[in-house]
Amino acid sequence: MSDTWMDGNSMAGPLREVFSVDVTEAVGRCASCKSTGPLAEGRVFGPAPGLVLRCPACDQPLLRLARTPGRTRLDLRGLEYLEFPWSD
Amino acid sequence: MAGTALSGRLNWLVSHLAGIRQETATARTLILDVPGWPGHLPGQHVDVRLTAEDGYSTERSYSIASAPDGTRLELTVQRLADGEVSPYLTEVFDLGYPLEVRGPIGGYFAWRPALAPPVLLIGGGSGVVPLMAMLRTRIATASTAPMRLIYSTRSPDTLLYAEELRRIAIAGQDAGLTAEIVYTRSAPPGWTGRVGRLDAAWLRTLTGARAASSRCYICGPTGFVENVADLLTSQGLADWQIRTERFGPGGGS
Repeated sequence: MSDTWMDGNSMAGPLREVFSVDVTEAVGRCASCKSTGPLAEGRVFGPAPGLVLRCPACDQPLLRLARTPGRTRLDLRGLEYLEFPWSD
Repeated sequence: MAGTALSGRLNWLVSHLAGIRQETATARTLILDVPGWPGHLPGQHVDVRLTAEDGYSTERSYSIASAPDGTRLELTVQRLADGEVSPYLTEVFDLGYPLEVRGPIGGYFAWRPALAPPVLLIGGGSGVVPLMAMLRTRIATASTAPMRLIYSTRSPDTLLYAEELRRIAIAGQDAGLTAEIVYTRSAPPGWTGRVGRLDAAWLRTLTGARAASSRCYICGPTGFVENVADLLTSQGLADWQIRTERFGPGGGS
């Protein structure tokens, strides 16, 4: 795996294919180390075979997004919860 | 503006290249006309999609450089030597050519002009692009939020938006808006300031006492962003005051 990475901001577009609001601004809790923070601050690896967002504190996967023709698979088991800001 | 910019379905829109500004030898600003553009917040980005005649298609993300302005959208693209998309966009893509875009995207690294606290913008290399959108929006909306840009770049040859930044530096009429250039390798002739990479003491001098109450937006290569964020944290800034956007060799090519 490459040790270069971009952050969760870059996943905002692909996640908007699934959700109607911006998910990267939401605060999530890592199921592994229990730290919390905006998904935008996570580390992103990919794009093949899918995009993986990792916890900036413990490096465990928070979210996996894989796109195949006609389908998107989203694996959220690394997140205990997501907390969204109220929009105006 | 915020309502349309942050929710609702995201569709690919066909834009056309309406103008070009050459910024440096290897970077240019694409002025796109995007019918149906819903507006954006400064700091947001777009995805662009290029499709070849054989159907092969590829996507990239680019920060928006311009303040909201109807259907007009400006992207500044830095050509990467080994890139797949940026050489096309900086050398081949011409007036009238179509380009698919979708956006605006991302709510985290966005500045809402209604926010009152002082704003500190720190950019490294082409990380200045979304910060420029914030600065331009401040001017366009006649916002009075104190705003300070610190822009680190290699040399005068790599300086983006040189004229515009010079005007801001010279004008000085608006005490609330300041821009500081940090040259890391070489400075223009006659430069009396320091040359080199930002360190703790230098950053503290540039940010001033106001940093403690500022909202900070840091954008640039990963190493630059991590370093500056750590320096600000050690100055006593809280995590909630700092928003970051990183790009690496893997992206934006």
